[in-house]
Amino acid sequence: MQDVTTGNKEFKPNIVAFCCNWCSYAGADLAGSSRLTYPANVKIIRVPCSCRVNPMFVLKAFQQGADGVILCGCHPGDCHYVTGNYYTRRRMALLFSFLNYMGIEKERTRVEWVSAAEGAKFSAVMNDFVKTVTELGENKRLTDLRVKEGK
Amino acid sequence: MQRIGVFICWCGSNIAATVDVKKVAETIKAEPGVVYSENYQYMCSENGQQLIKNAIKEHNLTAIVVGACSPRMHEATFRKAAEAAGLNPYMVEIANIREHCSWIHKDMDEATEKAVVLVRTAIAKVKLNAPLMSGESPVVKRALVIGGGIAGIQAALDIADAGFEVDIVEKNATIGGRMAQLDKTFPTLDCSACILTPKMVDCAQHEKIDILSYSEVEEVKGFVGNFNVKIRRKARYVDETKCTGCKICMEKCPSKKGLNDFNMGLNTRPAIYIPFAQAIPNVAVIDPEQCIKMKTGKCGICQKFCGVGAIDYTQKDEFIDRQYGAIVVATGFKPIALDNFNEYGYADNKDVITSLELERLMNAAGPSDGVLVRPSDGKHPKVITFIQCVGSRDTSGCGKPYCSKICCMYTAKHAMLIREKYPDTEVHVFYIDVRTPGKNYDEFYRRAAEQYGVDYIKGMVGKVYNVNGKLMVQGSNLIDNEQITIESDLVVLATAIEPEPSVRKIATLLTASIDTNNFLTESHAKLRPVESPTAGVYLAGVCQGPKDIPETVSQASACAAKVIGLLVKDKLKTNACVATPDEMMCNGCSQCANVCAYGAITYVEKEFRLGGGKTEVRRVVSVNPAVCQGCGACTVTCPSGAMDLKGFSSKQIMSEVEAICKM
Ligand SMILES: Cc1cc2nc3c(=O)[nH]c(=O)nc-3n(C[C@H](O)[C@H](O)[C@H](O)COP(=O)(O)OP(=O)(O)OC[C@H]3O[C@@H](n4cnc5c(N)ncnc54)[C@H](O)[C@@H]3O)c2cc1C
Ligand code: SF4
Ligand code: SF4
Repeated sequence: MQDVTTGNKEFKPNIVAFCCNWCSYAGADLAGSSRLTYPANVKIIRVPCSCRVNPMFVLKAFQQGADGVILCGCHPGDCHYVTGNYYTRRRMALLFSFLNYMGIEKERTRVEWVSAAEGAKFSAVMNDFVKTVTELGENKRLTDLRVKEGK
Repeated sequence: MQRIGVFICWCGSNIAATVDVKKVAETIKAEPGVVYSENYQYMCSENGQQLIKNAIKEHNLTAIVVGACSPRMHEATFRKAAEAAGLNPYMVEIANIREHCSWIHKDMDEATEKAVVLVRTAIAKVKLNAPLMSGESPVVKRALVIGGGIAGIQAALDIADAGFEVDIVEKNATIGGRMAQLDKTFPTLDCSACILTPKMVDCAQHEKIDILSYSEVEEVKGFVGNFNVKIRRKARYVDETKCTGCKICMEKCPSKKGLNDFNMGLNTRPAIYIPFAQAIPNVAVIDPEQCIKMKTGKCGICQKFCGVGAIDYTQKDEFIDRQYGAIVVATGFKPIALDNFNEYGYADNKDVITSLELERLMNAAGPSDGVLVRPSDGKHPKVITFIQCVGSRDTSGCGKPYCSKICCMYTAKHAMLIREKYPDTEVHVFYIDVRTPGKNYDEFYRRAAEQYGVDYIKGMVGKVYNVNGKLMVQGSNLIDNEQITIESDLVVLATAIEPEPSVRKIATLLTASIDTNNFLTESHAKLRPVESPTAGVYLAGVCQGPKDIPETVSQASACAAKVIGLLVKDKLKTNACVATPDEMMCNGCSQCANVCAYGAITYVEKEFRLGGGKTEVRRVVSVNPAVCQGCGACTVTCPSGAMDLKGFSSKQIMSEVEAICKM
């Protein structure tokens, strides 16, 4: 989309969302069937449980040009696999502070709990996350420049 | 190289109105590996599925991607179609271009562009898909019920009535549990024994039920459909097959000073005893701590009098091994110990009793033959004060943080029964809140307060102390905002209940999780309330959380339904997307087993070839595919990167990430 006054291409962050199959992916489905919009630059990868997300996946996303990464899982205590999301919470707290230290601002990473009934929450979370990351601008840390050029 | 077919669905106008489906199908044709790309109005329809099947055959496709609605809708449909065309069902991936694209975006260009990315991502994944097979494991058509209270009894009867063999393992000498100790039961006030004992007899007479009383579970191996259980049959010193329950031994036994635990220690019993008249099995048991013959070698009186020669002082514990397809845990509860609650004077005053002791005092088969008397002097109490929430809803750390749920109702019951039988008695109840939700429950409580003249006082009790044999109950009345002291003859403590302590051992044996209060945890609080997270293990009764008899029975029947649903199957299809370790990379550190909520992970000693004819024995991980639920927790925990998940492998997800990031 061209901005007529400046001629600059409007910045649209590239957002990767990992959603657990049982709660958040279903929540995203509900957002869809309720026609609750959020920007097209949010793209979802389905995982069985949020605890399946290896920190490597998050690093890979930033390396491949993501500007923000969000993990969504069942609410604490509601995990389909009993305790999976507790591991996620702890792992990601560590990873995110590490990334922050490396210059990937902590606002670019997020863990959210979205149940299968929370279509509205899913869309609200995504809108808010996109807004936050848009304000931060493009992420340059970790990105493989060859990838960016070729896209 | 995979030969990939791509099928883009219009979903009528649901997708086609915002996504240029033809353009997506056309663009995707250029993707490496894609040999066929098509679009169609309704892929999920008969015709759509046929189109897929034909394409698989005509173009020798090895994998397909369907760009359509959510995989939660039709993944199963398309997998079936692929299977029908000779493809492994796991060679199918879905790109969700409806819920995650066409329905939430308005701009056609944007949505089309995103749809292409989503389809490319699915292609990136499917390229790395491998055919998966769900394994099969046989089902032993026999169930084990641990605990013979009303929960265990109901579950066993329902399972047996459906035609399956059931064993009840009960640690006590008789089945019946706490319900056997109760007098009348709310909300209908029918006599507990009258409704319970026929069910106990049904269990004993049922050809499919085997009652293993005075027994405990020692060891559990195996998994859903195939548990191997070692059961300890504790020595009763009485031959169960010979004893007729005549009770002559009980009469003749000279050692009569043992505390009668069935009567909550309110009276004594002989060293050889049958817990109560309607016990099942109706077989005596000797308490070796109390038996003179076993302690000194002298006596042997019961042996002399036993007409059938059932007494055997040399009996030893025996162990039996049995196989089960499913296990129901129904280990119930006990009232908490009151050591932390000195303010109520329970230890120092015989006339301060718990509600369960009151049940025994009011029971016609109890120590006072159902006449309500003070334990101290046998006199009829004229003023009775009940104290609610003793140890329940207590966040101080002395008691339990939860509500025991049954106390408000049973105290209303006790108060009513007392007022009815002894109208000259004054009854007071100190309460924090009265909690009586449930069908006909609030009406029941109101009857106590309004029709039976029971004095309900909102307020807490600070202290109970004895003045010349009178129990002074000092508390606050929050409604009138005053301190009061009630001079009472009997004080009844509505004592919190907690899970029977042996449940900890059971939970460990079964790798079933328990919460901070030792209640067993259900698989899902709302949607799988009777299943434990361990496949094949089910939960019934108070071991899962405080509940009354109606709730316990409902839960037990629900458990039975689940068990029957499992046992009717000859074979279990196991989850195909399970954890899969690389033994060469595993160093046996055990971290993965720690995070597995299902106990799917064990370790084995395995011999590896080192080359040059040498071998090495190493401890490596082994995942049981029948138990693994496929969460992936272990895959991320493994420090060596030895663990992966089929269907969601690290390579697959990495490749999805790569594709999805390319806008
Ligand atoms: C004072 C009082 C009054 C009550 N009044 C009423 C009432 O009027 N109406 C009502 O609906 N409810 C009432 N209740 C509640 C009722 O007692 C329970 O709901 C019911 O007993 C629960 O049954 P259960 O089978 O879960 O547990 P339990 O009755 O505790 O049975 C558990 C059984 O498992 C056995 N067991 C335990 N551990 C093991 C082990 N490791 N191995 C083998 N066996 C084991 C135990 O010996 C026991 O036989 C009352 C409770 C109390 C305390
Ligand atoms: S994937 Fe989950 S269930 Fe399976 S072995 Fe790993 S931790 Fe256990
Ligand atoms: S965590 Fe990894 S290395 Fe450790 S035992 Fe499990 S699979 Fe082996």
